[in-house]
Amino acid sequence: MTDRREVWITGVGLLTCLGEGLEAAWLHLDRGDPPPYDDKTFAPNIVFPMKPMSFDKQIAKKSDQRQMETWQRIGVYAAGMALTEAGITGNAELLDHTDMIISASGGERDIAVDTAILTGMRKAVPPSTFLNQHLMSDLRPTLFLAQLPNMLAGNISLVHGVVGASRTFLGEEAAGLDSVRIAQARIATGQSEVALVGGAYHGARWDAVINIELSGVLLKPPFAPVWDRGPKGGVTLATMSAFLVLESRDHAQARGARPRARIGRVYSDSRAREPGEIESTLRRLWKEISPDIHAREAVIISGASGAEPATSAELSVLTEIGLPVRNPGTYIGHGLDAQFVACLAIACGAIEHGKLFAPAGSGDRGNSPTPLRQAAVTSVGTWRGEGMTLLERVD
Amino acid sequence: MASAPTRDKAGRPVIAVTGIGIVTSLGIGKDDNWAKLSAGVSGIRRISRFPIDGLRTTIAGTVDAAYTDYMPPADLTTRIAFLAAEEAVAQSGIGSKNHFPGPLFIAPPPLELEWHYREVLDEAAASQGDANYPDLVRAARQPQFSSVFASAKGSSVAERLADHFGTEGSPVSLNTACASGATGIQLGVEAIRRGDCQAVLVIGADGSITPESLVRFSLLSALSTHNDPPEQASRPFSKNRDGFVIAEGAAALVLEDIDHARARGTRILGIVEGCGEKADSFHRTRSSPDGKPIVACIRNALNDAGVGPEDVDYINAHGTSTPENDKMEYLGVSMVFGDRLKDVPISSNKSMIGHTLTAAGAVEAAFTLLTLQHQRMPPTINYDIPDPAIPFDVVPNVARDKRMRRAISNSFGFGGQNVSLVLAQEPA
Repeated sequence: MTDRREVWITGVGLLTCLGEGLEAAWLHLDRGDPPPYDDKTFAPNIVFPMKPMSFDKQIAKKSDQRQMETWQRIGVYAAGMALTEAGITGNAELLDHTDMIISASGGERDIAVDTAILTGMRKAVPPSTFLNQHLMSDLRPTLFLAQLPNMLAGNISLVHGVVGASRTFLGEEAAGLDSVRIAQARIATGQSEVALVGGAYHGARWDAVINIELSGVLLKPPFAPVWDRGPKGGVTLATMSAFLVLESRDHAQARGARPRARIGRVYSDSRAREPGEIESTLRRLWKEISPDIHAREAVIISGASGAEPATSAELSVLTEIGLPVRNPGTYIGHGLDAQFVACLAIACGAIEHGKLFAPAGSGDRGNSPTPLRQAAVTSVGTWRGEGMTLLERVD
Repeated sequence: MASAPTRDKAGRPVIAVTGIGIVTSLGIGKDDNWAKLSAGVSGIRRISRFPIDGLRTTIAGTVDAAYTDYMPPADLTTRIAFLAAEEAVAQSGIGSKNHFPGPLFIAPPPLELEWHYREVLDEAAASQGDANYPDLVRAARQPQFSSVFASAKGSSVAERLADHFGTEGSPVSLNTACASGATGIQLGVEAIRRGDCQAVLVIGADGSITPESLVRFSLLSALSTHNDPPEQASRPFSKNRDGFVIAEGAAALVLEDIDHARARGTRILGIVEGCGEKADSFHRTRSSPDGKPIVACIRNALNDAGVGPEDVDYINAHGTSTPENDKMEYLGVSMVFGDRLKDVPISSNKSMIGHTLTAAGAVEAAFTLLTLQHQRMPPTINYDIPDPAIPFDVVPNVARDKRMRRAISNSFGFGGQNVSLVLAQEPA
């Protein structure tokens, strides 16, 4: 559509196992340092935990920190990083019309309470009465507020004062994809001027591991890069949070905000996956963005999770396309709802540094163009949902 | 009729509602629901789905007609969402079997592993000592539990609905707590206005009453403990209100660019003229005491619709029956409407159907459209002791007829989520 406005990324906030901030992650990726996974705590499952950190810089009040669980703390923190970088933090006039679309699954539980109740229920007659009584007496009343998916957005309003539109999307990778798709489209068509998009996922915890283990997709040892996990594939859950500030070019220029990159329309689809369906969907989505691609300056940042058949299907289409490819997931693990925005953040890093980071695994192909000016970012969900968009350097 | 403008004052497509489906504790289908709602019948009853001993609140607005034993919330939510959507799509006559020509926006409850499955996994784990997560995870690895995954997966309700109705593109599951259903409508309206599509299917559905979901709200002291008699527990705007009644329900709306609807020759049931929202940064569960976010939310909706308070004939309240919400809703609404408030009745569907949580915004928007269609305001029941601090005309206890052209539906949720919708009759 010709009437669509240009949309810039003016702030990036990223927390991963590689450290605090995009630059810390970039240094690790650029050097090709070993992925800092943990194969002991949740053995035989492999996860990517974050190192302990202080949240004081972005969440000043300890009382606020106490009211949140990990996924909310890292989310609010990374959101704060993005707002600060965009120059929005503390500016009440801007915050008043800053919208947000968050992708979140929430649901962090009290593991000790769960297991104590389960143990008690074994001998209780009837178990249901024991359950009722102990839920009433043992659950922390405020834990509920740390479980509700929309309470990441709620805490961002509370801590950072973002009070425009506030929406939260649920549903694994597609939630991340759709949050960016809709935020970008709202700005491009004048429904919004500036929006915070992103999500947080705390994968290094038992209640996340058990949920996903039920689906049978988690990687078992030995660890291997995303592309090289064999016919059964495998996902390595991660704790991470990623946020972007998207902004109309006019709005950014009027306040002197610097663009990290331009973000194009996000194309996505979601179907039950018949054989060949992922490939045909990805070819169709690629057709939408390929007219804007300058092959000698462009790369692909893949969000493939390692799950099969999705990862092989994506790789076969990326091979047809033929551009250089990197998948950050080998280094940072997989953060479901947060993964697409984390990949967009890392693509911003590649555009700013004008080059690709070190390859890891057989699907990471090709050398970096010099300079790198465009990065197409893909997301092929573990179970469903395919999408892609194009980031470009703004001169 | 056909000569009325099909673009609004801002040049955007007018959004027509062409299909409505409703499921609540009152029944399945909008006719049954409307008959009971407008007769002041309560759907609140003693919980029979699970044992209630040890619980402080023992009542709810469960949708028992769609429930079968051990149905996890994902399945019950899917079932009632399906029933509501089927009614709406059939009325609209849009698309064809297995193809709805537009995207799906759905507000389901947040889903996670249920206690029933934790127990089953603990049994399968056969741990030597106390229950523990490493053993539960080991049990979860067994292939016979793979189907349990869908019960805890955030997108599973949306995927099943999208597959059944054949909606286009990536279905969006959203959550803005108790405003979710209204946010779904807003996202749908925006998608049509952007020109992304000419029609959307919007569903709010919540079938998530379990011991833990009840206890969570109970521990926040949000629920009424007037357990006897159940039908008198929800008393919005009354002096002796003491909390909301948790409930289940679903509503579906087919929204269309009015040109698209007229070209199909389908009946237009109402118009979504405007949507407004405003996040509140005051507190996790309480509204800003100055009422400003609620005021801004309602004004944003009126501005979006291009109308003023003087153009509004009726308000469908959020009206949860909690001491805090009803007081704050009065403050916000009275600041927007001023002296005109005495001419604008405001009633709460929740007095009869309870608080249908993520479905509430959609269910109450659907009831507001029926209110305009029937020119009859459903009552606020259980209104025996008015709260003198809330001098609303609440349409006490008995439905009342009124000439109405335009209404507001409010939704306010935990986490500072506020959404208001402006709904109207089809322009003549």
